[in-house]
Amino acid sequence: MAEKVYAGKAVSVTDDGYLTDPNQWTKEIAIEIAKEEGIELTDKHFAVIEFIREKTLKGEVLTIRTIGKSGMVDTKGFYELFPGAPLKKASRIAGIAKPSSCV
Amino acid sequence: MKKIVILGAGTGGTIMANELRKVLERDEWSITVVDKDPNHYYQPGFLFIPFGIYTKHDVVKPKASFIPAGVKFIINGIDRVEPDKNTVYLTNGQILEYDFLIVATGTHINPAETPGLLGREWRKSIFDFYTHEGAVALQNFLKTWEGGDMVINIAELPFKCPVAPLEFAFLADEFFVKKGIRDKVNIYYATPLSGAFTKPKSSKMLGELLQGKNIHIIPDFYLERVDDENKKIISYDGREVKFDLLTIIPVNMGADWVARSGMGDDMNYIATDKYTLRSEKWENVFVLGDASNIPTSKAGSVVHFASDVLFENLMAAIEGRPLIAKFDGHSNCYIETGFGKGSLIDFNYETEPLPGTYPLPGIGPFGLLKNTRINHYGKVMFRWIYWHLLLKGKELPLESQMTMAGKEL
Ligand SMILES: Cc1cc2nc3c(=O)[nH]c(=O)nc-3n(C[C@H](O)[C@H](O)[C@H](O)COP(=O)(O)OP(=O)(O)OC[C@H]3O[C@@H](n4cnc5c(N)ncnc54)[C@H](O)[C@@H]3O)c2cc1C
Repeated sequence: MAEKVYAGKAVSVTDDGYLTDPNQWTKEIAIEIAKEEGIELTDKHFAVIEFIREKTLKGEVLTIRTIGKSGMVDTKGFYELFPGAPLKKASRIAGIAKPSSCV
Repeated sequence: MKKIVILGAGTGGTIMANELRKVLERDEWSITVVDKDPNHYYQPGFLFIPFGIYTKHDVVKPKASFIPAGVKFIINGIDRVEPDKNTVYLTNGQILEYDFLIVATGTHINPAETPGLLGREWRKSIFDFYTHEGAVALQNFLKTWEGGDMVINIAELPFKCPVAPLEFAFLADEFFVKKGIRDKVNIYYATPLSGAFTKPKSSKMLGELLQGKNIHIIPDFYLERVDDENKKIISYDGREVKFDLLTIIPVNMGADWVARSGMGDDMNYIATDKYTLRSEKWENVFVLGDASNIPTSKAGSVVHFASDVLFENLMAAIEGRPLIAKFDGHSNCYIETGFGKGSLIDFNYETEPLPGTYPLPGIGPFGLLKNTRINHYGKVMFRWIYWHLLLKGKELPLESQMTMAGKEL
């Protein structure tokens, strides 16, 4: 665990850079984390991020497929927004825990 | 007469039927079990069929022989459930009412979810080993295959028995070595995970094993479709992997009756309290095993450990007591690693697989996250235990709660 400063605010993050407390998250922090991922956030990104936050904080476990079927964005579109590893990147930017698919 | 209906007579449904019939008075409680398939499959055995290690007789037995006397066993499909009316509708039109319902209809492969998968190469050069038919078809294919690119792919998470594709890779390596054609086979392991497995310690250990056997891992590969004309799998981010032989774990989903009943999520898993194992929505519905959405492995060992908790909580619910038994997500999986060796992982909701010994601290005999001969015998013995003890609800010398004793941090 480590401290990091995003948008002038100190937050604690895990070794791979995920916020440990989703309540510390702000939109400004999201914008800066996104920059580290090489992503410029648009309204569409924010809509998806807020959706992921809301579902996850309610205790739901999301997968790329469930997001792709949610009507928010289809899977291809999700990849276009967050290239490479969309759920991991989106979760990190959304200030929630790293998605750990259950083993 | 009060009624318990159990949906599914696989691992979990069979254990519950045996446990409950032992304690519930026959003149007070009727127990009915429904399953569409008269055969009980020892699914962990499917892994060994492609390599000719197990045959049909090792893995298939009639379900009826495991259902105890005094339990009604109906072989029929489940059409749907109306949980607000405590009613089950079977495909033949039969209607069953219940006071308590136990759902144990598992999870199954759904190749139709992936475009191109069921095309002209299905069961010609594309196989699954998660069904008996798939495993047998692959066995026949491997008898005469002379080599090329073998791709192992996991289409979606979660899938049951998350170590099975790794074991398949290890056993395939051994099979080709013994056949003398390993130098003609390239083995690729394309997975939506970022490594061999999910949690750091086990992922590292298993990743190194793959590497040592020259099995190439392709991480973060999330399958979009199969190009059956050009024999390629294609990911959503446009990566393509060519295959001569594709062994795939197709998308796993809960039973279709769950969708028809509106009781599940997009993947037909039922929202279940991960501690009490009761449905989050209906007080008289309990969910055991792969059919639930609890965040642990979909595995027979989990079903076994969870069945203890479900039994206690169901008895509490019947007697109007609070549900105090708590499931910890305990999972315990033997991992075949090839050439007569095996590994073992033991974990729960909170604790990732750690190295150590099991079940006796410091003694074992099994080694956690180690690659040993005795672990392989653990797996071999498990088949006997499954058929003779586990299904019948006999006491096993294993605690259902995970313990930290014997684990190294
Ligand atoms: C290749 C492979 C290897 C595995 N290896 C291991 C291992 O090493 N260790 C381990 O612990 N686990 C292993 N497993 C997983 C284990 O077999 C399952 O997790 C376990 O059997 C799940 O039990 P269950 O009761 O939830 O479901 P199941 O045992 O799958 O039973 C579900 C039952 O519901 C019935 N059903 C479904 N839909 C309907 C319907 N509409 N109408 C009527 N009946 C229906 C089915 O016919 C079936 O009998 C493996 C699985 C596979 C496929």
